[in-house]
Amino acid sequence: MVKFSDDKLKEVQSMIDRYPEGKQKSALIPLLHLAQEEFGGWLKPDTMDYVASLLTIDPIEAYEVATFYSMFNLKPVGKHVFEVCHTGPCMLNGSDNILDYIKSTLGIEVGQTTSDGMFTLKTVECLGACGYAPMMQMGMNYREHLTKERVDAIIDECRNEK
Amino acid sequence: MAKKLLLEKAHIEGIRHFDVYRKEGGYAAVETALKMDPAAIVEEVKKSGLRGRGGAGFATGLKWSFLAKPEGVPRYLVCNADESEPGTFKDRYLMEFLPHLLIEGLIISSFALGSNRTYIYIRGEYAWIVGILEQAIAEAKLHGFLGKNILGSGFDCEIYVQRGAGAYICGEETALIESLEGKRGNPRIKPPFPAIKGLWDCPTVVNNVETLAAVVPIINMGGEEYAKIGVGRSTGTKLLSACGNINKPGVYEIDMTISVEEFIYSDEYCGGIPNGKKLKACIPGGSSVPILPANLLLKTAKGETRYMNYESLSDGGFATGSMMGSGGFIVLDEDQCIVKHTYTLARFYRHESCGQCSPCREGTGWMEKILQKIDTGKGTIADIDLLWDIQRKIEGNTICPLGDAAAWPVAAAIRHFRDEFEWHVNNPTKCLTQNYGLAKYADALGLSA
Repeated sequence: MVKFSDDKLKEVQSMIDRYPEGKQKSALIPLLHLAQEEFGGWLKPDTMDYVASLLTIDPIEAYEVATFYSMFNLKPVGKHVFEVCHTGPCMLNGSDNILDYIKSTLGIEVGQTTSDGMFTLKTVECLGACGYAPMMQMGMNYREHLTKERVDAIIDECRNEK
Repeated sequence: MAKKLLLEKAHIEGIRHFDVYRKEGGYAAVETALKMDPAAIVEEVKKSGLRGRGGAGFATGLKWSFLAKPEGVPRYLVCNADESEPGTFKDRYLMEFLPHLLIEGLIISSFALGSNRTYIYIRGEYAWIVGILEQAIAEAKLHGFLGKNILGSGFDCEIYVQRGAGAYICGEETALIESLEGKRGNPRIKPPFPAIKGLWDCPTVVNNVETLAAVVPIINMGGEEYAKIGVGRSTGTKLLSACGNINKPGVYEIDMTISVEEFIYSDEYCGGIPNGKKLKACIPGGSSVPILPANLLLKTAKGETRYMNYESLSDGGFATGSMMGSGGFIVLDEDQCIVKHTYTLARFYRHESCGQCSPCREGTGWMEKILQKIDTGKGTIADIDLLWDIQRKIEGNTICPLGDAAAWPVAAAIRHFRDEFEWHVNNPTKCLTQNYGLAKYADALGLSA
């Protein structure tokens, strides 16, 4: 059974307070983000049920939303998730080569996680960084102007992180 | 040097912080506006000729004047920061470097519209910008520009930042409202329009980030002065995000009087095409607007110079023109493959279709598969005709404009580059390793970078 800490529950309440009374369902997406960060990087059914209970909505309402938006993970992911953009403008600037390089370096295909649970590779559609292509999202941040050398440095950085 | 109204102070050190922004003249427009009648602010915006900067280009003042004002019902202003149209990254730049400009515009606009609770709906991936905006909001509140009884005017206003979670469709205003209500981003059938029935069924205005920021210079200089900048119905300045095969990708503010050629080749803007390559094609206003070959991009079908403004970019309609759209300017050089590029866009729209309307849900998937087939040398001539047929059946047959947005890039690619599609079909092996090149399009103009 998952449960937010008291501090996090305060944060939850402040999120709910952003909306008029009775409109607490509006906090669903912010809460799912928070729950995903807190409970292992993905949304287990238990986690979604818990979020629904905090907002006094039906669990199905949380499932509906979690399955619609691409940032919610419905399966476990690695500690670091590389989300490489491959839409038009990134493609024009060589995102295919970057993607191939990451695949061969990590030895995984798109959608897979390395056996040590460190890295998951995904492709994403346009993230609004077209002028700084090729790029990928990593957690809360963007990594832009990617080259093979930069990819190597990012992988090292992840491996050296405690 | 073109006149800058929005980004003029973007490079001042510390401009992200209230003190520096204020010292540079920030929040003066709020002081002016709060002494005005809200209806007079709407009038100023009408006079300015400001058009929605998200892509549709609808007159902002007119949109504001549609807002219903029933007694005892709250009204809402929602800022659309769900910037997701491929090629577009201008709002991100504005929010990252000039957060107080947006907050200032939001306070004035909230006052004009009577919104006491205003939301910024930002795409979920722009996670780090949430903190920047929330800090700006906290600073503004600390200095009495937000909260209760702002500057003694009796006007109360709070601004909240809401993160999306990865869905292009939430840039469509009714889908955005659904998402803000904690639901899937399925667009609503209009009417009723949000101005009558929007967020929580209350009258609501949804405006783009850049549109709301532009309200600040409009109040500072007056609507009439603002309208003197630019040309025709393209008043004021416009942010453009330039990307693709250019020397200087980035965000530029233009006053809509410069030519497309100057924008691409001038060192002040894109700085030309790298490695001396030739210009092949360009999508001038975000991925959904029609792609144009170099000859039709730089000159209209009548042979006149094409300018970077709403009217000139759409000169010739879809047959020979395009659109200003969101200002996402994507340049393709002679080495780029139109089929492959169009395929990535079709894949994008398939991924982003919400699935409500069958022409879009099914059609975008079909277009993606057929384009992939042609791109990998497995297509037939009949596939090109089928592609044309599908896009026609999507356009105009969906609840929201995503259907059109998915159909237009495919239609324009076939309209202007059918030869290249046929070359792929006729050269199934060669197309895997070689490019079609410029052929008869840009080459005919003899343009060199």
